[in-house]
Order: sequence, then structure tokens, then C-alpha cells
Amino acid sequence: MRKISFAQAVNEAIDMAMSISDEVITFGLGVPDPKGVFSTTLGLQDKYGNERVFDMPTSENAMTGIGIGSSIVGLRPIMVHQRVDFFLLALDQLINNAAKWNFMFGGDNNIPITIRLIVGHGWGQGPTHSQNLQSIFSHIPGLKVVMPTTAYDAKGLLLESIFCDDPVLFLEHRWLHGTEGEVPEKDYRIAIGSSKVIKPGKDITLVSLSYMTIEAMRAVEELEKEDISCELIDLRSSSPLDWVTISKSIKKTGRLLVIDTANESFSISSEIIAKASMEIFTSFKSPPQRLALIDAPSPTSFGLTSTYYNGAEEVFAKVLEIFDQPSKPNDNLKSDHSHDIPGDWFKGPF
Amino acid sequence: MAKLRKGVFGRLNSFINNHIIIKSKNMSLFEMQKRMLKIRFVEESIAERYSEGKMRCPTHLSIGQEAIAVGVCANLNKDDLVLSTHRAHAHYLAKGGDLKKMIAEIYGKVTGCSKGMGGSMHLIDKSVGFMGSTAIVGNTIPVAVGMAKGLKLRNKDAISCVFFGDGATEEGVFFESLNFAIIQNLPVIFVCENNLYSVYSGLEVRQPKGRKIYEMARSMGIEANHGNGNDVVEVYEKMLKAKDNISKDKGPQFLEFDTYRWREHCGPNYDNDLGYRDESEFLKWREKDPLKNVLDSSEFKSYIDSLKDDICEAHLFAENSKYPEYEEFLEISGIKK
Repeated sequence: MRKISFAQAVNEAIDMAMSISDEVITFGLGVPDPKGVFSTTLGLQDKYGNERVFDMPTSENAMTGIGIGSSIVGLRPIMVHQRVDFFLLALDQLINNAAKWNFMFGGDNNIPITIRLIVGHGWGQGPTHSQNLQSIFSHIPGLKVVMPTTAYDAKGLLLESIFCDDPVLFLEHRWLHGTEGEVPEKDYRIAIGSSKVIKPGKDITLVSLSYMTIEAMRAVEELEKEDISCELIDLRSSSPLDWVTISKSIKKTGRLLVIDTANESFSISSEIIAKASMEIFTSFKSPPQRLALIDAPSPTSFGLTSTYYNGAEEVFAKVLEIFDQPSKPNDNLKSDHSHDIPGDWFKGPF
Repeated sequence: MAKLRKGVFGRLNSFINNHIIIKSKNMSLFEMQKRMLKIRFVEESIAERYSEGKMRCPTHLSIGQEAIAVGVCANLNKDDLVLSTHRAHAHYLAKGGDLKKMIAEIYGKVTGCSKGMGGSMHLIDKSVGFMGSTAIVGNTIPVAVGMAKGLKLRNKDAISCVFFGDGATEEGVFFESLNFAIIQNLPVIFVCENNLYSVYSGLEVRQPKGRKIYEMARSMGIEANHGNGNDVVEVYEKMLKAKDNISKDKGPQFLEFDTYRWREHCGPNYDNDLGYRDESEFLKWREKDPLKNVLDSSEFKSYIDSLKDDICEAHLFAENSKYPEYEEFLEISGIKK
């Protein structure tokens, strides 16, 4: 099958949705510009015109409300922000309106808006350009939160999000845009709230999401050589949570490590571990664990980010620790490029 | 005994018997006065019964501000869409919203317009184009702009109209929304009801002395007008002009109307004793009652009698209705499919 990048898969999903339905519009700061939001929106304005594909003023809160209003009269807006951090100005419209509209008017008042938010990592993005806020959004009843890892899932989940009648936050990790994967040319949808067992295993359940799943996959291969068989689940959506798949896996393996891209306290990992402790406590052979960022804002300095962020090496070490095995270095997990970029293709600064 | 007022209003009042149509065929003054009476008596009925403790949600009464809602909505068709604020009863009723469903919503009953999930601050009646009211200051302004965007994109003739107070013009989202409506030339009318107070904070502690909100809006590049919000004919005519401007492709329109809320910010009582405003100021505004010469006119006696019956019936309907079942709440919130 043909391989395309995650960014191309996103572009293809929007293009396909806009050709399927003239209800679909897309806007955001930079959408029609030459870079096209990390090339995810390239070519769309030429194809669908500037009434359906448009740039916007730096007015995050109003534009979210405008998206909501347009969806009330039958449109399916896709809004995008180049960084999740800018979108924080729109929490009133998101939480008080998008999440509540259907409920507070007694049902039959859906808001089918998709909000694409790019989350960052590395290259000195620092405290206000690289936050991972999936747990904040997942905390709000009425919102769906999607975080795909592969190009295949990006296309199928984005199409599903756009045609879903509820507000969906679609979080794209910046380091995934350049990754490639097999993506069918046809229209296909992936249900929101369904996770994917990337690799079956019997000794421990790893639940991961977004970019950290890529790192976990590398660690899992090396752990296999240590005779530890990991079952790796890519969460794909954090709300709703696919508890059926997660609990089934924990019951089988008896161990759990949740891997998150965000700060650890009050996070997705908190929720999964709380739920597991409450509902299937007796399945555990050892206490559930998590690997997430320490509770500090992300630093900018190249001298700090290497320690602050987790990667395959940390996943590998954490799993060994859970099995009471002595830590050991693994040269295969050392990256062949600088720690603050996803690969040599990434030239910064954006 | 009611003296006719001078000027346009007075002249028109003298034609009440003929149910004369003002300028266009949209709505007669007589009909508008009936609508204002309806809002006044509904609101008074809520105030009277609120202490019974059966309407258990924050309730912001529109008494004193009826003319803006009626004068604006008299120019709107069913297909035109309206959004409103926490103080929404007048707008909902002026747009033709169902009375029984509104009262039942305030009682938290399943027969309410939002099935009891929203209360007084979250009213909706889409069958007449009343698209919702919300409780956060300024928060429906962009939503109205978005509705206008959708209407324009889908080539609908209808327009979008949003009510908000003077306080909302201090929010960032107000400027963001006007800005976008102007650059995209959207069919939306912004209606600012300036009642001088944001809760208990007067304009003098919130906005620079001498600022005119409509002038500020105009400086952004939107056609803006200003008028006496307690004179339903003036409101009607300014709104008619604004709507006409939209049909002539002159872009979004902004209207500011001066008015005054008689009762407390939230609740059924008068609050002039609190000290944030003078009794004399209140009395001055009460002299400008939009229903002056109407309340005691014999012309409306039979209408008022039937209105009172309707209102009693609406309260009875609400009281006799059931609260929503918990299962229904779970379904509406999406927890249970």
C-alpha cells in the first residue's frame, strides 16, 4: 500500500470531508498561508474557495464561538491552532458553549465542531509552546478528545471527528507530522473511543498515546530480548476512554504502565490507574505505574530538555524496574540524532 | 386620563384604534404594545411568585427593558435567528417563544423549553428562531456571528441578531466578533442594551467618562446607531433601518439603546436600598416607562384580562409538570446512550 506522512493524511482527510459535504469549512490562523499549518491545509483554499477555507484574525475565543454558531445552522467547521497554548484563550467558548450547548438546551442541539490543536515537543518550544493538555479537555463532560499516533489513524479518526455530531478536540503531536505510514486512498472511519492493541503480549500492559507510542514501540522490541512480553495499547482517544480493551489486557498481564506525553499529576494516567485500582485491583501482580513528565513546566534550554522528556530509554528502564530487574543501558535505544528533534528531517525552529 | 406623548410616539399613539402600521408592514404599534404588556405581566408574575420557592434558579427580570426586545424582534421573521443573555425572558417572548415552556423551564420541569436542564438563563425555542441564551457575559456574541456566517454561506436570506448588555462591550470577544463580522461582511445585527450597570458596578467604574459605546463600535468600521431604548417606536425604526442596510449589502449593523433595569440584578425585588444607585435615578427612569400610557389605557383592558389568564395557566402548567427523570438527564448528557 502507498505510504504518506501523518501531515498528508490529515490534509487528505480534510480534503475528502470537504468534497463529501459542502457543510464542511476549515479555518485557522495560517490555514491558507504558504506553509499551510505544517502542510496539513495546503491546497484546500484553491480547491474549495475562500468562503469555505479562510484565515482568521488572532481572535481565538470569538473564532471558536463563530465555529459553534456556524455549526448551529448546519455547518461542520474544522478549526486549527498551530499550538494548543494559543487556544487557551477560547476556554470560555469551548467549555461553556461547545461542551454544554446540547445539554443545556435539553438535547437535539449538537455542536459538530472539530478543533485541531498541535501539541509540541523540543527545539526549545518551552513552557508556553509545548503543553500537552489532553487531561484538561478530557475532564470536561461533552467533549471528545482524540490523539492519533499513526498516519492511518490520523485520517480515519479525523474523518470520524468531522462527521461526528459532538465537539471533538483533535490533538496532533508536532513530531508525528513527518512520520509515514500506510494509508488507504479510500474513505474509512475509526470510531472515537476505540484504542488499538499495537502489539499483543502477556507480561505487562503498556497504555500509551500519541508520540509516546512511537517511543514505546522501540522499547517494546528491546524488552522482548529481555524476555519481557509487552502488550502495547495505543489509546487513540482519551475521552471517551476505551476501558474495555485496557481492563481486558490488565486482567491478562497483571501489570500496568501508563505512558503519557503530559505532566503526571491529575492526568490521563491518573484516571486510568484510579479506574484500574477501583475496578480490577485483584488482577494486579504489582502496583500500577506511570511514566509521564514531572510536574514542572517544560523548560526551553537544550541543556534541560534531554532530562525532562521521556523516550524509549525511559520506557525500557521503567519496565525493567517494574520487574525488579537491574537497570542497564541499551545502545539500540540511543537516538542517532539530537534529543530535541524527532529526526534529521526536522530542521526547526517551528 | 393618559396624555398622549409628543412627537412620533404621540402621533402614532393617536392611531392606535386603527392599528396603524409603522412604515412597513412588519408590525403595528398596537401589536408591539401588546407584546410589551405580555413581557411586563409575565415578569411581574414571576416576581410575585418567586418567594414561593418553586422557581429555584437565578432569574434576571426584564422589567423596564421591554421596548428594546419588542422593537427589535418586531422587525424579525421566524427564520431570522436571535441569541441572548442571562436576562433573556423579554427576548424569548418578543421573538415569539412559547410562554408555557419558558415558565416550566424556570420551574425546572421536563416540559420546559430546555427540558429542565437549563433554567431561566438557558432558554431556547428554535421553532421561532430563538436560538438560545447563555449565562456568561458576552458569550453569545461570537455564536451569533457564526450563525450569520453559516446563513451567508448557505445563501439564506435570514439574518442573525444578538442582544447583550453594556458590560459585554468590555469583553475581548466583543471586539473579536465585531472585527470578524465586518471583514467577512456578515448579516448580523449587534444590539447593545445599555442599562448602565453590570450587576452593581456602574459604567463610571467600568468605562472611560464620555465614551459612547456606539461610537466606539463605529470606529471599528461598522455602521452604528443609538437611541432611546424605552421608546418602542424609536427602537423599531432604528432596527428597521439596520435591517434594511443589511439587505442593501451594507454589512453588519450595531445598535445601542439606553434603558434601565427596575428590579435587582438577579431576583424579584427592588434593590435601590443597597446604595449602588440612587432612588432618584430609579424614579427618573420609571418616569420613562416604555409602557407609560399603555398600562392604564382602556384599549388594552380585555387583552390584559386574557393575558393574566394565560399567565396563570402557564404557572399552573409548570407546577403540574414533572421534573425530568434522572435517566433522561443521563441520556441528554450523553452518559447513557
